[in-house]
Amino acid sequence: MTTDTAIPAESRAPQRRRRGGSGGRTLRSIGKHTMLAAFSAIMIYPLIWLLVSSFKPNSEIFRDLSVFTTDLTVENYANGWDDLQFPFGVFIVNSSLIAFGAIVGNLFSCSLAAYAFARLRFRGRRPLFAIMLGSIMLPFQVLMVPQFIIFKELGWLNTVLPLIAPKFLATEAFFVFLMVQFIRNLPKELFEAARIDGAGHFRSFFQITLPLIVPALATTAIFTFIWTWGDFFGPLVYLRLPETWPVSLALKGFLDAQSSSDYGSMFAMSVVSLLPMFLVFLLGQRFLIKGVATTGIK
Amino acid sequence: MSSLGELRNLAVRRPKGGPRVKERHPDDKAAYLFLLPWLLGLVGLTIGPMIASLYLSFTEYNLFQPPVWTGLDNFAAMFGDGRFWNSFRVTVVYVLVGVPIQLALALALAMLLDKGMRGLSFYRSLFYLPSLMGGSVAIAILWRQVFGKEGLVNGVLAWFGVDGPGWIGHPDFALGTLVILNVWTFGSPMVIFLAGLRQIPEAFYEAASIDGAGRVRKFLSITLPLLTPIIFFNVVLQIIFSFQAFTQAYVVSGGTGGPADATMFYTLLLYKEAFTELDMGYASAMAWFLVLVVAAFTAGNFWLSKYWVFYDD
Repeated sequence: MTTDTAIPAESRAPQRRRRGGSGGRTLRSIGKHTMLAAFSAIMIYPLIWLLVSSFKPNSEIFRDLSVFTTDLTVENYANGWDDLQFPFGVFIVNSSLIAFGAIVGNLFSCSLAAYAFARLRFRGRRPLFAIMLGSIMLPFQVLMVPQFIIFKELGWLNTVLPLIAPKFLATEAFFVFLMVQFIRNLPKELFEAARIDGAGHFRSFFQITLPLIVPALATTAIFTFIWTWGDFFGPLVYLRLPETWPVSLALKGFLDAQSSSDYGSMFAMSVVSLLPMFLVFLLGQRFLIKGVATTGIK
Repeated sequence: MSSLGELRNLAVRRPKGGPRVKERHPDDKAAYLFLLPWLLGLVGLTIGPMIASLYLSFTEYNLFQPPVWTGLDNFAAMFGDGRFWNSFRVTVVYVLVGVPIQLALALALAMLLDKGMRGLSFYRSLFYLPSLMGGSVAIAILWRQVFGKEGLVNGVLAWFGVDGPGWIGHPDFALGTLVILNVWTFGSPMVIFLAGLRQIPEAFYEAASIDGAGRVRKFLSITLPLLTPIIFFNVVLQIIFSFQAFTQAYVVSGGTGGPADATMFYTLLLYKEAFTELDMGYASAMAWFLVLVVAAFTAGNFWLSKYWVFYDD
């Protein structure tokens, strides 16, 4: 191996920079940072505007579009919380339930399947693996109607079950793939040592694999949270009663009911709905970005 | 390696010729136990429903009476329906305009952020944030206001004395606002590009420098060719996912696909046929047509990839 490829990506860049040194470099660097800062500001401005507007009196939101203001109030939050038929807390609890169930389901089913694909030799492994990867790309609309009929026949409409139960059957193959990638990179010697010591596949799964793929499990949990928390389509199809709504449908309820043009409370509850996503993003961004980079899916 | 790369390998790298070594399957029993949940889901929630919806696409079915076989009626009705073709056109425009812009922006920013610049991880996170939130109802609500008559965009235009229209409510611009929303979520392909740029051996650039190559030459002769598998991967997946876009069109148009069906995405029409009109047969026919279209685009992409994607294997 040459030294070049052995240098980690992060440390190789300064070397390159030193070589190309010239007076124009600093200028270019300043230009680059200015551009990036300006671009970031444009991209993020709508989010900041949403946040600030949620604290503005209704009359001010569209009169003054800037985010610099001293006239702030929490009134919108108080109003918005009780604007719909049920307090917003109900929708938050519903969303949390769905997210929690989905996370447990995905962790359970995807890790089992991933272990088999990554570690075991069995008949039909290649075609099944190809099917699993292919299913990531299958448009879900083709499953929508029959799945609706199945869950309707089971009497599961207006319950969270149609949104949770499929996760226990590893229907989100993306996570299986994520974990397969991870398990493949674990040192083979570990598994061989375990086998020599008489561990079967179940012990080797529970006692060796699971503890070592915690980062992949964390990535799965974080993505599942963000996707199910924000999911709109599944709840729209299965949850018709307002007391079963997650936050996504509750926000749509604001839009439907909006004759009074009470933008403030709608913005306030939008912020409330984004807050958990944002917190999870802050805490888990390392896992998220690694997950995207290794599997190539958002 | 990406999921698509794996699929390609499974297809391209067939077992080598010569006397075939019999594969051993020592783990059959354990493997199928581990795979049991996934297999149940595959059969019960994927393959079964696929077959069922294929069957339903040849029937008339409203959930309450048993399906009635009508042959190709649904497809004939579909292909003769102006609303169907409009939704198809709207979706294709959304995909073919939005995906290239999104990916070009993602690549440009990845290039800008590469080379271990200061603040890389800060910018990366900042640009990635919209990708996470972009699909949520809250962001769609925000978008309605940003592009509304009195929204942020018109506020900026007013500085220049331009009196902007209500973009969301204008048939010529409504689709554009959704394209912009999709472009706004360029962060995830950008992260993938950044990871790809890291894979390019520094030695290539050094050799090029010695040969006197400038920045542009290095980009065109090293970076771009070596990045083509990742660009290809992003193109294929973003096209597939963009065809299925739903939430943003639904919320931004208030569930109508309006104004004047300008944002009536294919999936939105499909949803309405299924769950508003309860025309499950027609909806299933639409769903299968979507699968065929997506498959055709993907196959087309693979065919085109021979001419521009560079694999070093």
